[in-house]
Amino acid sequence: MRFTKDHEWVEVSGDVATIGITAYAAEQLGDVVFVEVPDVGKSVSAGDGLAVVESVKAASDVYAPVSGEVVEANGALGESPDTVNAAPEAAGWFAKVRLSDPAEVDKLMDRPAYEAFLATL
Amino acid sequence: MSETIAVDTPAEPVLKTTPLNAAHLAAGARMVPFAGYSMPVQYIDGVMKEHLWTREHAGLFDVSHMGQARLRGADPLAAFERLTPGDFKGLKAGRQRYSMLLNQAGGIVDDLMAARPDDDGLFVVVNGACKDGDYELMAAVLGPATPIQRLEDRALLALQGPEAAAVLAVHAPQIADMAFMDARAMTAFGVDAIVSRSGYTGEDGYEISVPAAAAPAVWATLLADERVRPIGLGARDSLRLEAGLPLYGHDLDETVSPVEGDLVFALSKRRRQAGDFPGAARILKELAGGAARTKVCLRILEGAPAREGAEVADEAGAVVGVVTSGGYSPCLKGGVALAFVPPALKAVGTKLKVIVRGKAQAAEVVASPFVPHRYVRKV
Repeated sequence: MRFTKDHEWVEVSGDVATIGITAYAAEQLGDVVFVEVPDVGKSVSAGDGLAVVESVKAASDVYAPVSGEVVEANGALGESPDTVNAAPEAAGWFAKVRLSDPAEVDKLMDRPAYEAFLATL
Repeated sequence: MSETIAVDTPAEPVLKTTPLNAAHLAAGARMVPFAGYSMPVQYIDGVMKEHLWTREHAGLFDVSHMGQARLRGADPLAAFERLTPGDFKGLKAGRQRYSMLLNQAGGIVDDLMAARPDDDGLFVVVNGACKDGDYELMAAVLGPATPIQRLEDRALLALQGPEAAAVLAVHAPQIADMAFMDARAMTAFGVDAIVSRSGYTGEDGYEISVPAAAAPAVWATLLADERVRPIGLGARDSLRLEAGLPLYGHDLDETVSPVEGDLVFALSKRRRQAGDFPGAARILKELAGGAARTKVCLRILEGAPAREGAEVADEAGAVVGVVTSGGYSPCLKGGVALAFVPPALKAVGTKLKVIVRGKAQAAEVVASPFVPHRYVRKV
């Protein structure tokens, strides 16, 4: 799993990256009450808005850490947005993206680097 | 990931703190800038649990950022009517009234509570973000005949929820016979307190003004009761929204009249007949049916919560209004919003759309409040 400073995570299997938000981000957001996931087929560039996650208090953008085409979205979050709190780095994923530039993944932090980054916050 | 809806930005580079700052930090609060103060937006429980706890038990809020002041002088009640549309000459001892400061154009400069807790003039509580301007306006309009004393050395706590009365009665048994909007100066917690049976959550509850030095002990004493938990600004906002209560700076501002803001109840009958309050020409015209817009309560029937700034459209898709505050209702488990629409679209049941991130979502005008008030009007 790789991480961004915006608290997204990416897990790559073959040429498809699964994307979600980290446990730290989910804890900071508080209870997630609504999730908007992207349409399958949408093209995203690294840094684009990929999803929106909402707590009671606020709406937050989730950015695509990598570029590519959305091949699957986690529709289960529509019924159960609280999965983002319960399992942020597993069942609470938002979308799967077919990588157009796999080298982008290498630029992201590994877990020790992300944890070191969290320690600075 | 980043928040697209930010909390209020600090008005000053250095944030002020309330007398309860250390208690908030010790309780694990997440502090944010609000009205120039560092304030707890939530504690460890988080907004959802804090909200529901207040509806079911008792929530304790630090609202010491709000402005507390005394108006004294020869006849402070009559003087206060020069700033407001309320009947303050008729305000009985021991009672409190919701009102607003008006500008000459009939816009709301701030909304406030004004009470007669004792014989010492008028006790006024105004919004923290507005207080400096409010006091300047009061001083300019009232002049030296009605001196204003800012009570900077006092803290303000709110205890809200169905168990608030039972909790407070343990420490101040004399509060039991107060009704909604009663206000009384008393000795409570061993200090001089000003207690009103009011609040801004829609629940029964009290606001308790105490000397700043005593506030940490009062806070700790109330929190020692297992029925009480500390509640941050996040839940305070979602609670007041469910109660249909406007938030100054969002639902109300200097352009919004009391008629537009659905606050006609705060326009005294005598004052309307006399037309003797700031902006009366506009406000009386609007009362006769001339308002360009009016506040409504919207249930969001599908999709994401609609938040401040979201456009409101009619069924044909034409933009007709705007959401002034909105979010997720923990009690109704869906989106709720306050919005401005043309008066022709204000009837309960009117079908509208809210535009959230480019998508038109179904919404419906509903009666205010979203969640019933539980004020104790008679005891």
